[in-house]
Formats: sequence, structure tokens, C-alpha cells
Amino acid sequence: MTKIVEKHSLIKRCTHWMNVALLCLMIWSGILIYWANDIYIVIPNELARALNINQRLAEGMAWHFFIMWGFVLNGLVYLAYLVCSGEWRFSNYNKIQKIAYTAVIIMAIWAVLSGLAIYKPVTLGWLTKILGGYEAARFQHFLMMCGFVIFIPIHVIQVLRAGWNNFRSMVAGYEIEK
Amino acid sequence: MKLKNRLIISLACFTLFFTLVIVAVNLIKSGEKIERSPVILRKTLMFNERLWSKLFPPKNLSLERPSPPKGKLPRVNGRIGLETAPDVANYKIIVESPDKKITLPLSAIYATAKIGYSTEFRCIEGWSEDMQFAGARFSDFLDFYKLGRKSDGTYYNYVGLETPDRKYYVSIDMASMLHPQTLLAYEMNHSELRALNGAPLRLAIPIKYGYKSLKRVGKIIFSDTRPPDYWVEYGYDWYAGL
Repeated sequence: MTKIVEKHSLIKRCTHWMNVALLCLMIWSGILIYWANDIYIVIPNELARALNINQRLAEGMAWHFFIMWGFVLNGLVYLAYLVCSGEWRFSNYNKIQKIAYTAVIIMAIWAVLSGLAIYKPVTLGWLTKILGGYEAARFQHFLMMCGFVIFIPIHVIQVLRAGWNNFRSMVAGYEIEK
Repeated sequence: MKLKNRLIISLACFTLFFTLVIVAVNLIKSGEKIERSPVILRKTLMFNERLWSKLFPPKNLSLERPSPPKGKLPRVNGRIGLETAPDVANYKIIVESPDKKITLPLSAIYATAKIGYSTEFRCIEGWSEDMQFAGARFSDFLDFYKLGRKSDGTYYNYVGLETPDRKYYVSIDMASMLHPQTLLAYEMNHSELRALNGAPLRLAIPIKYGYKSLKRVGKIIFSDTRPPDYWVEYGYDWYAGL
């Protein structure tokens, strides 16, 4: 006897896949910006040329400050959904999943706040100060990006291991229980 | 079967969405540009500018930082317009507005009180450094020489600045130029300005990215239309407000 279980709502699926595109574009444009002063992890010149990420600071910034709107708005819709639907408290994820998914949400919020702190360090000087200053905020912003870059492959591998039923639930919404 | 249709529709939407994203990004990249920035990106930069300047007119001070010791050499970045040695002995500052053009000697800059502060100088490349600046507050300079205003008493919308050889030039909104930390500086890190930091006179505007703090001011322009800006022509944001 198979049972069809509604697993992910339409809002959740839409914001999830939207976020995939937006986050990829944010990371890509962020790396174009980071290249101009790569002090935390040095990008070798040959690698930069091979990946075609050199000499594109202006382009990176223009993209970053365009996509940021989508990233923040989409994130707010998702957060509002999480809170309103009560899913935050009643989700049926296991403990490790809960920790990982909560951590990634906190990382996203931190990425936005540290981003604002280096985007407007005079206008939002109080925020920059709370985060420990301009340099510290830039480092945190970079760290959050690293966090996403680590999270993404782990997340993808886990989905691959869980199989088609699991992946399909994030696309079509339902899961089949046997 | 209903479930099968739902899966097909969902997968189609999924594929369509990512295809659209890739197509859209490539269309934006290959499409028309305004000053080397794709139209929609440039318009968003301008939208961001309007939003931030309306929500937060430039009033906040760039926070005071520990002063660098006297004689510490400030970082040098960018030599455009500074290729030749400055002619300090015969240095002139041209001030131009639509209705008049005057020439001031360098000494004119010492007419107003010397203002100084230490704060973070932030480069758009991503580095920052604590620097001390001292010089004439730009708004004092305007008041003293009765500059920057139209016949009806209101300010011009924009200020343009150029190096004497006109190879480097910036333009800035008047509100930011009237900010109390905006200086025509002749001192950095408690020492006389060095050639590569813009001697004998440079702009210091810490509420904007460093590329607006033009080194070696040869000409000051007042206008209601936006004077050209060197880095904007290479795709950078015009407002650059921090």
C-alpha cells in the first residue's frame, strides 16, 4: 500500500529554487568583487584567468547590487512562510537536518547584515560597529560565502543519496511512502 | 494519472525556470549598456542611489579612527593625472560655473579654518586604511568665496573636479560635497601632502569610496548637469556613497 504525502508547499519550492539561482549569482558576482583585493584566500592569476574572473570588479558590483534585491526579498518571503506556517517548530526533519537548515538560515541573515555593513559603513555605521568594524564585517561576509560553498555540495550529496523520491518532493511537492 | 501530470508540469516549470535565468543573465550581459554597464544593472545602481540618498541624506560622519602616527606614508593607489610633477610654485585652482570662471592661487585655500580628522579611507577594491586628513572644509570654502550657488541662492546640483592635466576627473552630488568631512586637503597623516597622494591639494570625502577623493585638484566645476566621472565610464557606480 503506497501513500502520497504532501511534503513541500508551493511557496517553499518556489523560494528554494529561486534561492538556488540567486545565491549562485550572488556568489559569482561576489567573487568578481573579491578578486580585486583577495586577502583571505589568494586567487592565483592563472586560475583567475582560466575562470575569467579577473578585472571584473565594476561588473561584479553592478550584478551584486542588482541581485541583492531578489536575494533579500526571496529570503523574506521564505522566512515569513516559515514563521507563519509554523514549519520552523513542527518540521519532520531529523536533528542533524534541523541544525544544518537552521544554521544555513542564520548564515544567510548574517551574510545580508555583514553585506549591509560593508555596503554602507557610514550610513549604517552602527551596524558596522556592532559587527566589529568594516574589515571584520568584510571578513564575516566572506566567511558566510565560504559557508554556503561548503553547504551546497554536502546538501547536493545528501539529496543524491536520499534518491529520486526526495528530490522530486522539492520539485513536485509530494513524496510516496511505501 | 493526475500525479503523473503534476510531476510533468512541475519538472517542466523547473527546467523552464533555470533556462530562463540563464537566458536572462546572458541577455543582460550582451545587451545595451550605459557607460559600460548593462542597462538594467546601471538603472538599478541609480535606483539604489535614489533610495539611499532619500532615506539617508549624507549626514552621518564617517567614524573617527585612531590617528596614524605623523609621517606614516598613506597607501598610494592610482597615478592617473599624477604622471608629471606638480607645479606647486605656480599652482592655480580654476573654479568654473555656468555664469563665471575664476582662478584662485593655492594660498586661497588657507583662508578658512583648518579642519582635520582621522577616519577609515575605503577603496572600492576592498581595502581600507586609517588616514588623517586636514585642510579647508569644502562648505567653508564655498561660503568664504561665495561659490557654488546660483543667482537665486540655491546650490548647483553637482560638483565636478579635475586634475590639472584633465586625465582624472570625478563628479559628486552637492549634498555630499557639503558634508562636514568633505575637505580640500593639504595634509595627510600630519604631514604635508606628498605628490602621489595628491600634492598640493586633494579632495577628501570619506563618505564615498576612495576613487571620488580626487588627487591634485586643478579645477572645480559647478553645474546642474552631471560632469563626467572617470571610473563611471568604466562601469562603476556614480554615487559611490558609503
